[in-house]
Amino acid sequence: MITRRKLLMLLPAAALAWEYVLAGTPESAPGYNRNQHWWGMLLDIDKCIGCGSCVRACANENDVPEGYFRTWVERYHVSDWRQEVPQVDSPNGGKNGFPPSEAQGGKNFFVPKMCNHCVDSPCTQVCPVGATFHTPDSVVLVDDTYCLGCRYCIQACPYGCRFLHPIRRTAQKCTLCYHRITRGLTTACCENCPTGARQLADLKNPNDPIHEFLKTHSVQVLKPHLATGAKAFYHDLDGSVR
Amino acid sequence: MMVPVDGFMYPNEVELAWSVLIVVYPYVTGLVAGAFILASLERIFHVTAVKPTYRLALLTALAFLLVAPMPLQLHLGHPERALEMYLTPNRGSAMAMFGFVYVWYLMAVLLLEIWLDFRREIVLLSQSTTGWKRLFYRALTLGSSNISEGALRVDDKVGWVITLIGIPSAFLLHGYVGFIFGSVKANPWWSTPLMPVVFIFSAMVSGIALVMLVYMAMMKIRRQPIDMRCVDTVAQYLLYTFIIDFALEMLDLIHRVYEADESFRSLDFMLHTRLFFSQVILQVVLGTVVPILTIGLIQIFNVPEKLRRLAYTVCGCLTLVGIFAMRWNVVIGGQLFSKSFLGYTTYKVDLISREGELIAAALLILPFLILAVLMKILPPWVEGEAARGA
Repeated sequence: MITRRKLLMLLPAAALAWEYVLAGTPESAPGYNRNQHWWGMLLDIDKCIGCGSCVRACANENDVPEGYFRTWVERYHVSDWRQEVPQVDSPNGGKNGFPPSEAQGGKNFFVPKMCNHCVDSPCTQVCPVGATFHTPDSVVLVDDTYCLGCRYCIQACPYGCRFLHPIRRTAQKCTLCYHRITRGLTTACCENCPTGARQLADLKNPNDPIHEFLKTHSVQVLKPHLATGAKAFYHDLDGSVR
Repeated sequence: MMVPVDGFMYPNEVELAWSVLIVVYPYVTGLVAGAFILASLERIFHVTAVKPTYRLALLTALAFLLVAPMPLQLHLGHPERALEMYLTPNRGSAMAMFGFVYVWYLMAVLLLEIWLDFRREIVLLSQSTTGWKRLFYRALTLGSSNISEGALRVDDKVGWVITLIGIPSAFLLHGYVGFIFGSVKANPWWSTPLMPVVFIFSAMVSGIALVMLVYMAMMKIRRQPIDMRCVDTVAQYLLYTFIIDFALEMLDLIHRVYEADESFRSLDFMLHTRLFFSQVILQVVLGTVVPILTIGLIQIFNVPEKLRRLAYTVCGCLTLVGIFAMRWNVVIGGQLFSKSFLGYTTYKVDLISREGELIAAALLILPFLILAVLMKILPPWVEGEAARGA
């Protein structure tokens, strides 16, 4: 029950929060220098078990509406004889894990998907008002207070990472948990991945383990022929993955 | 509501981002460009046979241009922010430039040309009418009531220059619409440099067919004889542009079939299933091959006038349906397959919603109502009310 005392304590906090809502800007992160970071993500396909923890964590952290996904997990079944036509499923974006596979033979693996935070992002290029933009630390964000809801960016994204929020009527996508990473935390999906299949990577930080990983492992991005400068780096990505 | 999906779609792709209103938008814009280019035939290229359609084509272009941004506006998640495209445009965005191309075309080309062309009638009407009509026409004169021969000669010269500027502007207006689609590299159904060119020629086809139909309908309504020399010439131009348009589309198709890149299986599947009716039957067979063959045969054989009129009417209607189907196949077809090329979704238009069938139908009817009003205000007929009033 809210007492008068509690209410008096809550009101200033609510007023402060409301100020941020009105301003339409994220809370400031003291001590964070955006020019000193260059964010990306490492996704290790060998480690992903398709538990869906990342999808659930993302949905909870970012209030993602039901039926839409800022991140999701796909299950691939690739037969021995037809590599180029894999069978793929992602029931409810893999949010609740996967039922046992009925596919026989071949190989099965999980592929976590998310915004690739491309350096040359087609979504940013096409946005008619610049509501989709690159931050100096290379994260692609959408200004919710500015987006027209024209959906051109949704069409332009080759990875299907964007959607129109059914209530807010603006384009939405993975923010790489910008509100967290600018405060020294990792993303909600990385935090909740039980196997470490997802790792936030700061390419400008010389001490980040990503550099050693990139040097010593085979790493690929999705749809490299589109030259989007994707920064979601996949370890052991199978050629059948689209 | 569960959307039926075959195979695998990325989860956010299941629901189509662009609805039937985005089909209406390039369709209407194409009619504008096509009607204007038909009008320019007489003005610039001195094809005097089509003179009876000249003013009608201009008014038709204006009526459709006024409606062109409406489907976009209705489609926006936040229509109240639409003006941001003018105030803070992202200059790298093809869509952002639409606003500027549109304003340029509306204000600098079409309105100016129509005003110059109708100035004499406007001045005469401002003198012959009474009451609020007089005030209205007086306002339309913009204070310029000199209709001496010298002044009209200047009007004509300026009008000619504007038409000359108007032709590339009309190409720009619709070519740019094609570019909006053609530049999306994520979507192989759209991503081709031929897209703007195909859009321009299909626009010309639809605009010419529309003006031809409106002209014949208006003559019928006004109980005036149809100038068959004019309609025959318009139909000839329809045939020429149709052949170029069809050749370009077939070139695109053959190229895709021969290249058979990773997207080909998806596109081929759609052509044989979800788009079979709209693409093969409506667009290619009924909307293209039948009109081309019919008008082509009329050029070869001596067809009686009555039959020609009927053939032109049927061909005009089929052309309009075919070009609408073409827009549908581009916009909707381009979203029915997954960018993973592993699955297909379904699109079912709502009847009553902001982006539903009724609104789309209303947006297609509205230009005709506007055209009726425009024809009332500015009679496009040479022997019209204005001349009689004078």
